[in-house]
Amino acid sequence: MDKRVVFGSRWLPYALLAPQLAVTLVFFFWPAAQALWYSFLLQDAFGLSSRFVGLQNFAVLFRDPHYLDSFKVTAVFSTLVAAGGIAVSLLLAVMADRVVRGALIYRTLLVWPYAVAPAVAGVLWGFLFAPSIGIVTYVLKKAGVDWNWVIQGDQAMLLVVIASVWKQISYNVLFFLAGLQSIPRSLIEAAAIDGAGPVRRFWTIVFPLLSPTTFFLLVVNVVYAFFDTFGVIDATTQGGPAAATQTLVYKVYYDGVKAADLGGSSAQSVVLMLLVIGLTVIQFRFVEKRVQY
Amino acid sequence: MVENRPWLTLLSHAVLIAGVATVAFPLYVTFVVSTLTLDQVLEVPMRMIPGDQLLHNYRQVLAAGSTRGSAAPVGAMLMNSLVMALVIAAGKIVVSIIASFAIVYFRFPLRRFCFWMIFVTLMLPVEVRIIPTFKVAADLKLLDSYAGLTLPLIASATATFLFRQFFLTIPEELAEAARIDGAGPLRFFRDVVLPLSSTTVAALFVIQFIYGWNQYLWPLLVTSQESMYTVVMGIKRMIVGGDATNEWPLIMATAMLAMLPPAAVVLLMQKWFVKGLVEAEK
Repeated sequence: MDKRVVFGSRWLPYALLAPQLAVTLVFFFWPAAQALWYSFLLQDAFGLSSRFVGLQNFAVLFRDPHYLDSFKVTAVFSTLVAAGGIAVSLLLAVMADRVVRGALIYRTLLVWPYAVAPAVAGVLWGFLFAPSIGIVTYVLKKAGVDWNWVIQGDQAMLLVVIASVWKQISYNVLFFLAGLQSIPRSLIEAAAIDGAGPVRRFWTIVFPLLSPTTFFLLVVNVVYAFFDTFGVIDATTQGGPAAATQTLVYKVYYDGVKAADLGGSSAQSVVLMLLVIGLTVIQFRFVEKRVQY
Repeated sequence: MVENRPWLTLLSHAVLIAGVATVAFPLYVTFVVSTLTLDQVLEVPMRMIPGDQLLHNYRQVLAAGSTRGSAAPVGAMLMNSLVMALVIAAGKIVVSIIASFAIVYFRFPLRRFCFWMIFVTLMLPVEVRIIPTFKVAADLKLLDSYAGLTLPLIASATATFLFRQFFLTIPEELAEAARIDGAGPLRFFRDVVLPLSSTTVAALFVIQFIYGWNQYLWPLLVTSQESMYTVVMGIKRMIVGGDATNEWPLIMATAMLAMLPPAAVVLLMQKWFVKGLVEAEK
């Protein structure tokens, strides 16, 4: 879609675009190109010289069981975050859409965690579940659960999933509410007149009509789980215990910043870039479809 | 409502209240801890009623941070976070609104190319180019400065799209009338486009303010001096070891202070926030 009426100027559009493009070039494209370049280099042990090794970094990477594990961890983590977040949010949104009284109050009370930084969310939930003093730990111990996420990998995973889902609920609920409001009342009323109960109406009318929203949120939540949860993990488990919560992004950070493995970390960056490109393509394919829908 | 089912309505309220309570529970505990002494927190089970240390704890962290972990005063961190959030939000809006104006209201060679260049940045979040971006910032001597905290985050594909989307809905007649009256592009921008965009600007401001305030990884990389810490990363520096060695009341007081400004922005500007969030993704 283009404007019919435009202005003429040789230099003005470039001047207006210059700030955005300058930042983009200096802080996005140049570093990305460097990451690509570094991924083909191998540094010596002292970081003094480096030589071109082709795809060797990638070969090493994909033979590294730790790296393959962090793929698995990322897959499990993002599946749980996306599925958990969407299920809980859908339930809350459908309920909030049903009630007449207090709908806005409920929305307000559900929306504020959006404002909480992932790192702060991690600190909060890490404290609630703290192995020796946490209040939830206390309740769990009373119930006979041996809770200690500092030692037990699957509990650490559960902790970061809960903290991440908690932070993302607000976002999902807002989108489900917007989606629910766009479903024509007449459809639901017609089904009710035909004798379909609330549960049946949900599964045969509401849920299918919400599927564009659900799919959109699925992609957004996976992207969120991939990238924005770095703060949650760094503030709680730091990838541990025994790399049980070391996602791909956390490993890039750890290998690059803490272990100063330039080539390996850059190769991981390149793999991640490919993943993001894939996710973005899926997202935009879908956006086009939604416009027709 | 389609039909009257009192039991279902009751169930809905019950589910919602349970949901709201679960969502609010961590906030309540955080608040309670921030009003207790450390000894009270370490008692198992911890008391769930606020204590009387509120003023003491908040005064301590604002002026002098924690005593066992980082001793950087949280007051200064809040200031840094505020500067960072405001500069990023304002910067993103300014940079994006003029860029979309150029893309929508001019025809020039490389127009599509420029648009795609901005678009592609969506695929390069800071997390995938950590080390090289840090190097660029270091080479440009941006470490430990406000410029380093904000400048690399100021480009925004999302904001550019949102403005472009909005500009495309502005009636052609307005630009036509402006041209007939002899107004140049800058005059048209200032007198017509800018006033019309105020809603979009407000919505974007809320989203980007929260984005800027909640940054974690980037400040972690570019700041090493305590005087440049932001509050979100500063909390992490107060956590020094195991459960019992941390000064939880001070940490949680800091957490409250870190959550309040963005939460206030979301709640006070809820209308704009919802609009901005839902429309930014269209």
